[in-house]
Amino acid sequence: MSDLLAARSQMAMSLAFHIIFAVVGIGMPVLMVIAESRWRRTGDGIYLELAKRWAKGTAILFAVGAVSGTVLSFELGLLWPGFMRYAGAIIGMPFSLEGFAFFTEAIFLGVYLYGWDRIRPRAHVAAGVLVAVSGAASAVFVVIANAWMNSPAGFDLVNGQPVNVDPIRAMMTPAAFPQVLHMVLAAYAATGFAVAGIHALLLLRDPRNAFHRRALSVALLVGAPAALVQPISGDVSARYVARWQPTKLAAMEGQFRSERGAPLRIGGIPDEAARETRYAIEIPYGLSLLAFHDPHALVRGLEAFPVGDWPPVALVHFGFQVMVGLGTYMALISLWAIIAAWRRHDLAGDRWLMRAVAIAAPMGFICIEAGWTVTEVGRQPWIIYGVLRTADAVTPMPGLIVPFTIFTLLYCVLGAIVVVLLYKQVVKSPRIREEERGTRTPVGASWGAA
Amino acid sequence: MSDLFTLPTIVAGIMLISLNAYVLLGGADFGGGVWDLLATGSPARRAAQRELVAHALGPIWEANHVWLVLVVVLLFTAFPPVFSGLAIMLHIPLSLMLIGIVLRGSAFTFRTYGSEHDAAQRRWGRTFAIASVATPVLLGICIGAIASDAVGRSLGALSHPSVARQDFTALFVAPWLTPFTIGAGLLTLALFAFLAAVYLTVEAPDDALREEFRSRALATAVVVFVLAFALLALAPAGAPRMHTGLIASPWAIPFQIATAIAAVAALWALWTRRFRLARIAAAAQVTLILWGWAVAQYPFLVPPPLTIRGAAAPERTLELLLWALALGAAVLFPSLAYLFRIFKGRPEAFERMDERSPAQPNP
Repeated sequence: MSDLLAARSQMAMSLAFHIIFAVVGIGMPVLMVIAESRWRRTGDGIYLELAKRWAKGTAILFAVGAVSGTVLSFELGLLWPGFMRYAGAIIGMPFSLEGFAFFTEAIFLGVYLYGWDRIRPRAHVAAGVLVAVSGAASAVFVVIANAWMNSPAGFDLVNGQPVNVDPIRAMMTPAAFPQVLHMVLAAYAATGFAVAGIHALLLLRDPRNAFHRRALSVALLVGAPAALVQPISGDVSARYVARWQPTKLAAMEGQFRSERGAPLRIGGIPDEAARETRYAIEIPYGLSLLAFHDPHALVRGLEAFPVGDWPPVALVHFGFQVMVGLGTYMALISLWAIIAAWRRHDLAGDRWLMRAVAIAAPMGFICIEAGWTVTEVGRQPWIIYGVLRTADAVTPMPGLIVPFTIFTLLYCVLGAIVVVLLYKQVVKSPRIREEERGTRTPVGASWGAA
Repeated sequence: MSDLFTLPTIVAGIMLISLNAYVLLGGADFGGGVWDLLATGSPARRAAQRELVAHALGPIWEANHVWLVLVVVLLFTAFPPVFSGLAIMLHIPLSLMLIGIVLRGSAFTFRTYGSEHDAAQRRWGRTFAIASVATPVLLGICIGAIASDAVGRSLGALSHPSVARQDFTALFVAPWLTPFTIGAGLLTLALFAFLAAVYLTVEAPDDALREEFRSRALATAVVVFVLAFALLALAPAGAPRMHTGLIASPWAIPFQIATAIAAVAALWALWTRRFRLARIAAAAQVTLILWGWAVAQYPFLVPPPLTIRGAAAPERTLELLLWALALGAAVLFPSLAYLFRIFKGRPEAFERMDERSPAQPNP
């Protein structure tokens, strides 16, 4: 393994690990606050129990997210000093703002977790709201920094060096809006569906369980609307990519030749050597229509660019297919659930819907991993698109396979522990049936660890 | 000193203040882990000491940790060549420090929220404590390596074309692994443990715990003295520029005297059981040591090649960064004040929390 590949692998692994916890840090506080507000409003103790359990889960996941995020902030330099030397002054701005958002999130999560009986009810809910808002703000700022790598702006190149640096223009880069919108929606959809999926699975076994029914309703309230509108934001993103990153679009679609009225390919295996994508289902004019909203638009294929500027086509194409496929499934399930809820059907009692939601539990996270593969691998061989090559940014220190191996092992162990801890949390769920509810006092403590 | 009030120096000063906050707050959290590892006495005493540490850290350690992230972000925004240079030359100790940070934070959380099994609890406690010891040593090693000029010189060597054939150890290990840097690492650890012990005398809910941490604080104060003088003795060979700055420049003597006064005041206050005063004096002592280092190497960020002015980002970036910092501070300081008022206001507060069931809805 070359040092460059080891550095790229370590970065990819660190990002893939961190993004899961970052996403949960955006989504879970919303669920937790909704549950607490419902408890405060209705006095229904099950919602308090839910808020406490979700807060506990958030605490575990936020801690791992915080430390793995710290690792990333150092890894930007440990692995890519050439990039940071070049870009630090241009995109440090959103990172600084993210630093403060992270501060706010950590402070008010501390207040929320340890402040249940130390502050007034309204202040406690407000602390939860601030955790949710600053979690989303963190995502906005970090994704803006990433967007700049896709569509660099806010500087002039003179003799290969950036001059006339304008950090504000760098933040308003064309990729920023589509990427931020897509990522924030993805976070709510993925978290909502992961939680809804777990409780749907448990409801299949115990459909009258009042605890799981309430958990499902809150999780779907967050996940379903986000998943439903996500395809629209996907369209905004795709049109951005088509305009600003033609090599990425061509790799996503396995489009080797430039053509007017390009077809949309579903599935298929791109073959870089033969320069064609085999076994795909082709929908005529589909790609031109989707990417440019014009069936006869010209789509530039990879052949229009030097081979040295191509990203790894198969991986990008595959990642894109996975994201779109699973995302479409989640959007359809959301539509089903929303219509059923609209007609006042009993969602938890609909076994087919519960099966469909249970299957979707991991899908949001798979979509996020696949989507970031498209974004990051699709930008290769550039670390700053069209400006700086990844190979020119890597650290001169040799032997990078060693840190890659160590951090991979570390994260594997941490990941396994988190899964075990969360699994134990879920297994301990209370078995309180809807019919018995009225006979108990509405205090969470009365059904602690059943 | 004419360029003391230029943009780069102001941003460097804010960076130092952030590092100062990290040392005083985050540093004490690592020190808490040291006292978890070194808990002594009967099993009941050990449990009580560990519980006090856990109570002190619980609500605030994540917020305290963010100061380090802020330092890193300020460094790469305002002084990009310094960040990339340090990241290249200190790759190994920084990576090891990160592993320590990851293990400390996650083990603490797993212990707090994980299973109630004793074996698992002990395993997380152990991991938390060992990581709390290793991380400050590595942080101190990195700071010592910067102060010693060796990192800067290797960075200079790296830009020569002949470097590819140079020895890996000479470039990437030797600059940070010297008696001076190890001394700096140990001093950092001792200072963090000292801070934690002093803070815990104030936060202890009863006299038994207060006395236990008082004797720990006194013992650590002695260790700090010994290590500080050992480091000073190593400085002429290990960090000559630093040494010259510390003894020769005009501000050096008042600075040293102030540090000594703070150290003696902390000792005296501990001895006479004026714990709140001891907390202030200990924080002042550690702050003065940190600023002593910074002022001794001014105007260099990484001596000898990188100065504050030479490594600074363009003016426009620094201006905007200052605005962002002002905006951030307007949000941050009230929030931090609120956090500390809730959890650090009254030492007796957490006893009440234990007595009451946490699940009672508020009236």
